[in-house]
Amino acid sequence: MMELWQSFVGLVYELIPWFDGSIAAILIILIKAIALVMPLMLVVAYFTYAERKVIGYMQLRIGPNRVGPKGWLQPIADALKLMTKEIIFPTKANIYLFLLAPILAIAPAIAVWAVIPFDEGIYVANLDISLLYVLAIGSIGVYGIILAGWASNSKYPLLGALRSASLLVSYEIVIGFALVTVVMIAGSVNLNDIVMAQKGSIMHWYWVPLFPMMIIFFISALVETNRAPFDVVEGESEIVGGTHVEYSGMTFAVFFLAEYANMILMAVLAVIMFFGGWHSPFEGVPYMESAFAWVPGIIWLLAKTSFFMFLYLWVRATFPRFRYDQIMRLSWKVFLPWTIAWIFVVALMTQLKIGPWF
Amino acid sequence: MINNIKKLVKDFSLSELRGGMKITAKELINKKITVQYPEERTPISPRFRGLHALRRYPNGEERCIACKLCEAVCPANAITIESEARDDGTRRTTQYDIDLFKCIFCGFCEEACPVDAIVETQIFDYAFVDSREGSIIDKAHLLEVGDKNEKVINQTKLEDAKYR
Repeated sequence: MMELWQSFVGLVYELIPWFDGSIAAILIILIKAIALVMPLMLVVAYFTYAERKVIGYMQLRIGPNRVGPKGWLQPIADALKLMTKEIIFPTKANIYLFLLAPILAIAPAIAVWAVIPFDEGIYVANLDISLLYVLAIGSIGVYGIILAGWASNSKYPLLGALRSASLLVSYEIVIGFALVTVVMIAGSVNLNDIVMAQKGSIMHWYWVPLFPMMIIFFISALVETNRAPFDVVEGESEIVGGTHVEYSGMTFAVFFLAEYANMILMAVLAVIMFFGGWHSPFEGVPYMESAFAWVPGIIWLLAKTSFFMFLYLWVRATFPRFRYDQIMRLSWKVFLPWTIAWIFVVALMTQLKIGPWF
Repeated sequence: MINNIKKLVKDFSLSELRGGMKITAKELINKKITVQYPEERTPISPRFRGLHALRRYPNGEERCIACKLCEAVCPANAITIESEARDDGTRRTTQYDIDLFKCIFCGFCEEACPVDAIVETQIFDYAFVDSREGSIIDKAHLLEVGDKNEKVINQTKLEDAKYR
């Protein structure tokens, strides 16, 4: 697989030799980006379908089943509908900012995926500071939401944007601290190295020593991605649709894509940080390890990720929405002290070399 | 003190959240109760009051004798009747209109009718798409509904008769 790709890259450089191969380099980057973004958009589309199905099933309904067999074409129909709908601009809204907002939302959501390692050696970019890159670029996405709230010239979007900004500020800190513990154990901020450090068996994965951090990270991820039960940014029963109120057609679809891409990103991040990335869960188990040796690592990564994605839907179908001040309390009075305390616990464990992780 | 500790342990083990998620997980695999409407329908009571119909006698003669009791009893003034003597000397309606926008489906017309001419059927999925005039159904339409569904109407009225 890798040899095939290498020979393909060599071929491209040979065929397009102009400007010292810089055009060929850009072409290679483009191909890599498309190979990443296209499946991602497809997964987002079918994640919405899965969401409607799973939540329907949990409410004893059967969900969409009309378009295509078992409703499999429903996301495509939705996409067609959104593409052909009119984009309405609110009166006296700043059209440039209004259109810039969805772009600002989706660009970081896709850019973050560049450093995610899917398997040993399968990534678009291998940064030494990839975790910092994820956190930095990931938090730029909030500008899209704030700008959408401001540019809409409408009161509900503005309220949604205010909520989003304050939530992001609070939970960015919690997520940062929770991931610092992982970095302390792995000794690196390179996502590849973090996954490699978890090699061994299912007990070597970081969910064992960092179990509370994993829970806190997942709950914070729910807040970061504006998912139920923390979806006060949209809060359809309180502020109609939050920042999305004035957006229609494709502009709304772009916000939607960004939100779901972020959700999947958080799921992948949870897997990479706490569940051993592409490592097989049968590693170190006699017989099972060799029986499942043929499964490529990317399959394990995707399987674990889909579990976390299912968890998103499960949580959404189960819990009622938090009140805004309760979310704030949860962040500052519960999660933040816990993460800081756990940093010291991890520091102690690292110094005393407890367990197989350090 | 011991209660506080108990509460702390309960809170931090997320026991209530896990309980809630257990319930939704159980419902995920339970049998679904959706009735897929156009193909499947929920049962309807024989007393159901849906779209109106004008009935005929078995010999093909229309039942309505233009007594206008239904018009008089209608609380929403949805019924409009004009009548004339026919060539054989019997009194018949020349116009029998029901405005479905006005109608509240109370069933009083059916109760008032001395010859069981106007009835309310079990049909509920009719639709009129054109203008306001589309909501007014005339005599021909009512008779047509009656002719088409005479069997069902007869059956449901028989089933309901013993409770009246």
